[in-house]
Amino acid sequence: MNTADQYLKTIFLVEELNDGPAATGELADRLGVSPASVNEMVGKLEERGLVAHEKYKGATVTDDGEARAREALQTYCILERFLANVLEVDDYRAEARQLEPVIDETVADRLDMIIDREPQCPDCFDAEADACGYLVEEEAVEADD
Amino acid sequence: MSSVAARVDTDTQLARLLQIGVVLEEVVEVRAHRHYQSLPEAERDDDIEALLSAASEESAEHRELLESVIADLDADSIPFEEVEALVAESYGKTGPEDFDGVLYDQLHGEETAYKFYDDLVDAIEASDAEFGVDREALLATLRDIREAEAEGVEAVAGLMEDRT
Repeated sequence: MNTADQYLKTIFLVEELNDGPAATGELADRLGVSPASVNEMVGKLEERGLVAHEKYKGATVTDDGEARAREALQTYCILERFLANVLEVDDYRAEARQLEPVIDETVADRLDMIIDREPQCPDCFDAEADACGYLVEEEAVEADD
Repeated sequence: MSSVAARVDTDTQLARLLQIGVVLEEVVEVRAHRHYQSLPEAERDDDIEALLSAASEESAEHRELLESVIADLDADSIPFEEVEALVAESYGKTGPEDFDGVLYDQLHGEETAYKFYDDLVDAIEASDAEFGVDREALLATLRDIREAEAEGVEAVAGLMEDRT
């Protein structure tokens, strides 16, 4: 997934969590980059009409940006579910974050052929847990057993 | 470390990406075989049989190459039978319905594999990390596989053109 899509996905999720614009500092923490890098990329995304930015408040995705963010989130969900269910990786969240930049959406689409994904994906993504909501539920059930 | 950089930094990440490569190869291998079986008798011919059988064999070769690197990294590969069962399970929903569909699916499989190896080579080249396997040998293997995938794309595209 390219860098722009990773930013759009993160802005979209932070907006969802905060119920408002995504602040630069929070984006920098989540993406593991400097606030200066966030500002630079947000500026580029704004020029492309994918993000709106308000000084001292933060960034919000536009309708076009949201469509891209949702596609990116779906790609990310495929990667998480593939790692968790096919490769049986315990720490699938950390690994999905590490591998995300190297996995293109066409590759994820191919992996999607062998995983079970709910039709409402990515609406079921749990922004707080930063994971597919169904995987979070499965973990909770396993923890209870 | 930035999480947005397309770079492979550790043996664990490398092994995981190679495991993904193995699964992609296994999917191509199994689907190519199933495609041929699913074609109606009237639509089967020597060219498509040769193409699908070569694709299946080539994927098996690539899988073995990747598996040997994965073993050198002290990681486990993904059993072929496991992926075979998953492909079989999903084939009803995702399998092509006619001859053109078979060729498109094969083309998509080869193109996806090419893109995967291309990104992986770039991500290894972008990193200064020392891996548990010889870096140059690894890159040479991955570049060879990538080249074979590019030839695979051409072969399918050629067959598609011949039929139009």
